[in-house]
Order: sequence, then structure tokens, then C-alpha cells
Amino acid sequence: MELSLDAKDTAFRDEVREFFSTGVPDSWRDRVRAGLRLSPDELTGYQQRLAARGWGAPTWPVEYGGTGWTPTQLCVFWSEAARADAPHQFHQGLELIGPIIFSYGSPEQKDYYLPRIIQAQDWWCQGYSEPGAGSDLASLRARADRDGDDYVLNGQKTWTSYAHVASQVFLLARTSHEARRQQGISLILAPMDTPGFRINPIATMDEKYHTNELFMDNARVPVANRVGDEGRGWEYGKVLLDRERMVAAANVIFLGQIVRGITDAARRRKIRGRALADDPGFAAKLAQFTVELTTLQAMVLRLLDDMTRGADSGPRGSMVKLRWSQLYQAGTALWVEALGPEAAQFAALDGATLPADMPAALQGALYARVTSIYGGSSEIQHNIIARRALGL
Amino acid sequence: MELTFNSEQIMLADSVGRYGLDKWPAINRHKLLAGEQDGFRERWREMAELGWTLLPIAEDDGGLGGSAVDVMALAEGLGRHLIAVPYVTSCVLVPALIGGVPGGEDLLGALGEGKAFAAAGVLEAEGGGDPAWVTTRAEKVGGAWQLTGIKEHVEDGGCADAFVVSARVEGEAGDAEGIGLFLVDRAALGDGVARFRAVDGHLHARLTLQGTPALALGEPGQALPRIVAALDRAICAHLAEATGSMEAATAATVEYLKTREQFGQRIGSFQALQHRAVDMTVACEEARAITWHATLSLDAAPGSRQRAVSAGKVRVGQSGVYVAQQAVQLHGGVGFCEELIVSHHLRRQMMLDMAMGGQGHHLSRVAQLSV
Ligand SMILES: Cc1cc2nc3c(=O)[nH]c(=O)nc-3n(C[C@H](O)[C@H](O)[C@H](O)COP(=O)(O)OP(=O)(O)OC[C@H]3O[C@@H](n4cnc5c(N)ncnc54)[C@H](O)[C@@H]3O)c2cc1C
Repeated sequence: MELSLDAKDTAFRDEVREFFSTGVPDSWRDRVRAGLRLSPDELTGYQQRLAARGWGAPTWPVEYGGTGWTPTQLCVFWSEAARADAPHQFHQGLELIGPIIFSYGSPEQKDYYLPRIIQAQDWWCQGYSEPGAGSDLASLRARADRDGDDYVLNGQKTWTSYAHVASQVFLLARTSHEARRQQGISLILAPMDTPGFRINPIATMDEKYHTNELFMDNARVPVANRVGDEGRGWEYGKVLLDRERMVAAANVIFLGQIVRGITDAARRRKIRGRALADDPGFAAKLAQFTVELTTLQAMVLRLLDDMTRGADSGPRGSMVKLRWSQLYQAGTALWVEALGPEAAQFAALDGATLPADMPAALQGALYARVTSIYGGSSEIQHNIIARRALGL
Repeated sequence: MELTFNSEQIMLADSVGRYGLDKWPAINRHKLLAGEQDGFRERWREMAELGWTLLPIAEDDGGLGGSAVDVMALAEGLGRHLIAVPYVTSCVLVPALIGGVPGGEDLLGALGEGKAFAAAGVLEAEGGGDPAWVTTRAEKVGGAWQLTGIKEHVEDGGCADAFVVSARVEGEAGDAEGIGLFLVDRAALGDGVARFRAVDGHLHARLTLQGTPALALGEPGQALPRIVAALDRAICAHLAEATGSMEAATAATVEYLKTREQFGQRIGSFQALQHRAVDMTVACEEARAITWHATLSLDAAPGSRQRAVSAGKVRVGQSGVYVAQQAVQLHGGVGFCEELIVSHHLRRQMMLDMAMGGQGHHLSRVAQLSV
């Protein structure tokens, strides 16, 4: 993303650019451009490298070990990372539970968990969804029954992404039954090796292992692992709304990487003696995509401007999430189109070889389908905008 | 003009439906696909016993001489049940390429009996879907043909025992003249076959021909019209397959809208989702209509035929992918998982859209034929 920067921010950009000029392996490129998450080992190594530089938590305040960067600096940082084909940091600890802990956690929780997130000593997963509670999260049924100084957890979570890698889970469970379904829900932190936890992998159509069912059978965790007050877990989710704006903004900036994937493929592919990139029909499609992406990035700049001024963005975070998933889906589809029919060659058999971008682009195109389902589906985003912005 | 199946076609469609439910149930799908070639061969023999492999083969070639609409009735069932055995490639495309041509008899016999799979290398990477773009060369060395060139992507070539390959005896890539069809045995290719699995369970291949011995199918030089016509015929079978798959995905989604509850009500009670289901149904109707139109034009003059087939290829490609995407979307998270059939429909639709010339190629064919 092109930004107009003052001298201070330009100096900052040069510093970040210098950092990213090394240490980003070529083997990451295609997966990162396709919006695919790198392996947990790769992401952990990346997080540690950032932490060593003092940049482990770009969106956190300084007092909790963050950088305290301004929105402009964040934007510069993400843009430079994207430019270097570096990945987006894994968000479940940094953007989902970290901010809740520093906003509502006890001093002990802050001291213990926050540095471990920054140093990548913990990998967090999110145990919110249940088989019967997806879009309608407030219908969740997992129970946390008080027994002395412990909660006894029972129930089933699902879609618990990276539970197979995680050392910790933050989950929502019912600590009491109240008239309003949103009440009586508590936010609880639990180590993944808690006896009584069991995970079962869920195979997904992109052929990548990322998510699981999590069964909780009389699993005991200390009451001290609850964040904030009992029964008020739902409210703490609200802090996430603000963070979601942040995640959506970063996602959009990183989405710019896909244009290089498409462009490389279209330059390489020759059709009837001419590069696909020079085919007027394809060039127009790619131009249309970049127009929409530039527009979305301009929307992100407005979000960042709101943040700088401490202003509410209303439903514009939802708009950005909505458009991001649409453009991610359109971009990966265009990339697959640029690769041509050979993109059908997904997995090489008997020692055959494939160019790395082929399976990555297709896997990205499959994975992209989920972005309009998770984190508040596109339909739910429409409902939110209708309600909040239009009063319908 | 008749745009409905006759009673025999209905019986055929029913029997494919029963077979699909019996042998390709959604829950067994991973196992079937993991078994790859062995499982495929057994399914192939079963389909031969049912007489299906003989259906598209002309009577003069020892087949049943079924019509394009017969094939449509069958192919719809393949799509509905996502039968991943390469029926269209082996039994529609290849017989249309080699039927009635001296040299192809043994292969046609083996295909009709369900004893072999065959695939066609008639599109090259740089042709962008144009079968006239042939760079592979055929040379006669000591009375026998030898082929040299690369066929980057041979649809369903990963389980083929034989390949029908286009190669040039004269002229340059793009010339209509000078193209021949050749039969290449799998064994003759040695390690010149690289195999790949696609996300829909189909097995593809890349062929590297380096002076590979081949048998000429007819006198080489004038094969292009036959290749174009064969592709059009196979595309129509794909359109029917896509339509069957779209309807199955839509039916599964409507069923889900009626059962899944969120916010204390069936999600099918949300108007946003009702309208989406309607759009999916409209797309199915479009696909069915243009599939009939394209299929019935197969015996028309080449220009009208190509225009109708390309229109079908483009519109079914678009609506098929749309329907399957929405099927996944409306199922929420479970739509994305391997266990539910809707995600398999999406993968198949994406692959069908790419096969035998993508939308770009077919749109330009429509544009050229329309002026
Ligand atoms: C790969 C993957 C990873 C995930 N990771 C996590 C994770 O780590 N942790 C976690 O807690 N959750 C995770 N999720 C869960 C995700 O947030 C849910 O899938 C999502 O909330 C949708 O819920 P659902 O799947 O139950 O769909 P449903 O809520 O059943 O929705 C089905 C369909 O109905 C629509 N719909 C529902 N309500 C309405 C309405 N009121 N109006 C109009 N349309 C409506 C939806 O948009 C959707 O199209 C993940 C999901 C996936 C697929």
C-alpha cells in the first residue's frame, strides 16, 4: 500500500524495510501470497525473531510489552512485511486473548500470560464455537461448574483451530443459567494438557490440518483461571470488536501480496505466444481486482484514522471484513485462472514435481471459502450493518 | 423440439442414481478416493457390466451407439453422485476421437468392456484451450511414428492405460492443417508420465514425449475438425455432469436450511438465505437449459455447434461454481469440511470449469463466432 509519510514515519519505514530485507525465506513466498498460514514452527520462529527485535506485539501498548506504535506505524509495518512476503503474525494469542487479558485480567494473569504470548512460549486456541452454537454463539452449552477452588468443565467445542498445536485455550462456558442467554457465561483459560480434554481432528476441503473438535469431560481448572468477573465473559468479547477492526485492517494490507502471485503467474504463462499478462481480457480483470483492492485499502486507512483519533468506526469494521473475504476469494480464483488448467495438478504422485505456486494458489482458493464463514459470516456481517448503520 | 428424457433415458438415469447411492455414498468417499487406481478399476468393471461404457461408442465400433441425450442422462447421475471414475474422458472424449478410425479398434474394445482407461492429450499448455495449438511433433522414423513434445496437462491421464495424443506432421502451432492423432501406449512412455491428484479425486498426468513410438490413427494431417468436435461432445457430457452436481448440492442445502437451527429458528426462515437458495435454483435451471441447448446442437453445423457448446461451457462454469460456493456458504463451517458432500461438489465444479478450455477460451470462441 502506498502511503504518504512524514520524515519520522519515513525513517521508521526504512528501519522496518531494513529488518525485512533478510530473514524471510523464499520457501514462504507462495504460501504467504496465497493467504495460507505457515506451519506452526515457521510462525513460532518468526514471532521469536520479531520479539527479539522488540516488535513481538505491534498492536499492544508499551506497558504490556507492545510497541505502542501509532496506526500509521502499524500500517507501515504491515505494508513492509507484506512487501517482503513475510506472514501476518498468528492472531489468536496476540489479537484475540492478549488484549482481553490486558484489559480485564488480574495482575497475575497479565504477568504470566502476556510475555509468553510475545515470546511465542504459548500458542493459544479459541474455544468458543460449539456444534449448536455457531453464528448464534450465545446458545453455547459448555458448562463450568464450581467445585471448591476449581471449575469442572463439560461439553463440546468445535472448530477449535490449532488446538493440536496449542498449549492454552481460552473458552467460553456457562457458569450459571440466567434469563438472558448472554449472561452467565464466563471466560476461562485452560492449559491444553488439562486431564479430561480430548481433541479430534476435523478434515477440511483445503486438505490442510487446522481445526479440531475439543471434548471436555470433567476437566478441572482453577477458578483463578477465569478472566474478569464470573458470568460476564460475553461482555469481554466486546473488546474484541475493536481488535477485529485491527485484524481486518492487517488482513487487507497483507492481501496486497496476492497481486504479486497473480502477476507472476500471468507473466510466466504464455498463451499462443503471448504472456497472459499482456492479454487485454486478463489484464482488465487484474486491473479490476487491483481497483477493488486499492479501494478496500483506502477504507482501511479510514479505519486507521479513526483509531488515531480514538473514534468509533461504527460498522465499517464489518464492511472491511466483508469486502476482505470477497476480495480474497476473487483474488485466489484469479490466480488459479492465471495458472491455467495445470492448476488442477494439486498433489504430485510417485515423486513427480510441481511448481510451488500451483498447489498453494488452489489451496488458497479453497481456504478462502471459509473466510466468509468464520469470524462472523458474511450474512451476519450484513445483519450487523443493517442493524447498526441503517437501524433496520 | 423435445427437451425431456424419454422413458429409456429415465430408466438409465434411475439406474445411475441407484448405483451412485450404492457405490459412491458420501460417507465412503475418502476411502474410495484413497484407493485411487484399484478402486477405480473395480468401479469401471461394474459400470461396464451395466452397459454404460458401451453406450457412447458407435454401433459400427461395436458399441451401443447411444445418443448425446442418452449420455446426458447418464452423466447427470455421475455429477449428482460425484462418481470420480473418468467416464467422460474414457468413454466420451476418447471414442469420439478415435471412433471409426483404423488403428483404434482394440482400444475401443477394451474401453467398452471396462478393461482399460484412456485419456486424450489434445490440448497443450500454451494453447489456452485451442486444440490447433500443437507443438508436439510427429516424425516417421524407419516406417514408424515417433512423437516429441510435452502435454502438460492430460485430464484423467493419471490412470490411463493408453493415450490419444495430437501431434503435428507439418506447419506451426496454431495452424489448422498438419495435425494428426496418435495412439501411445502407457508402457511406451516409461517414466515420461508424471501423475497428479486433483482436489476432486481425479488423477491427471503430464506427458513428456521424447521420440516415443506411436501409432497413427488415420492419415495424419487433417485431424483438427475431429478433435474440436470430440471436445465439444465431451464438454456436453461435462455440462450434464455439472448440472447433476449443482442440483444435488442445491437439494442438500435446501434440506440443511430446513433442519439447522440458530437463534431459536430454522436458518431457512431467514429471508437472506431463502433468496440465496432461490438464486441457486435459478442457476440450476439455467444450467439445465443451456445443457440441453448445447447437447442438441452437437449434430448441427460446426459454427452453431461451437457457439452453443461454448455458451454452455461458460454459463455452466459460472453457475456451477456459484451454486457450489453458496452450498458451502449456507452450510456454515460444516460446509467446509471433508465429511459433508457439499465441499466435494465445490471441488468438482471448480475442476469442471477449468477442464477442456476455461471460460476465457470459450468466451473468445463465442465472440469470434458471433461477429
Ligand atoms: C476452518 C474453521 C475454523 C474455525 N476456527 C474457529 C476457532 O478457532 N474457534 C472458534 O470458536 N470457532 C471457530 N470457527 C467457527 C466459526 O466461527 C463458525 O463456523 C461460524 O461462527 C459460523 O457458525 P456455524 O458454522 O455454526 O454456521 P451457522 O451459524 O449454522 O450458519 C449456517 C449458515 O446460516 C447463516 N446464518 C446464520 N444465522 C443467520 C442469520 N441470522 N441471518 C442470515 N443468515 C444466517 C450463516 O451465515 C451460514 O451461511 C471456525 C470455523 C471454521 C470453518
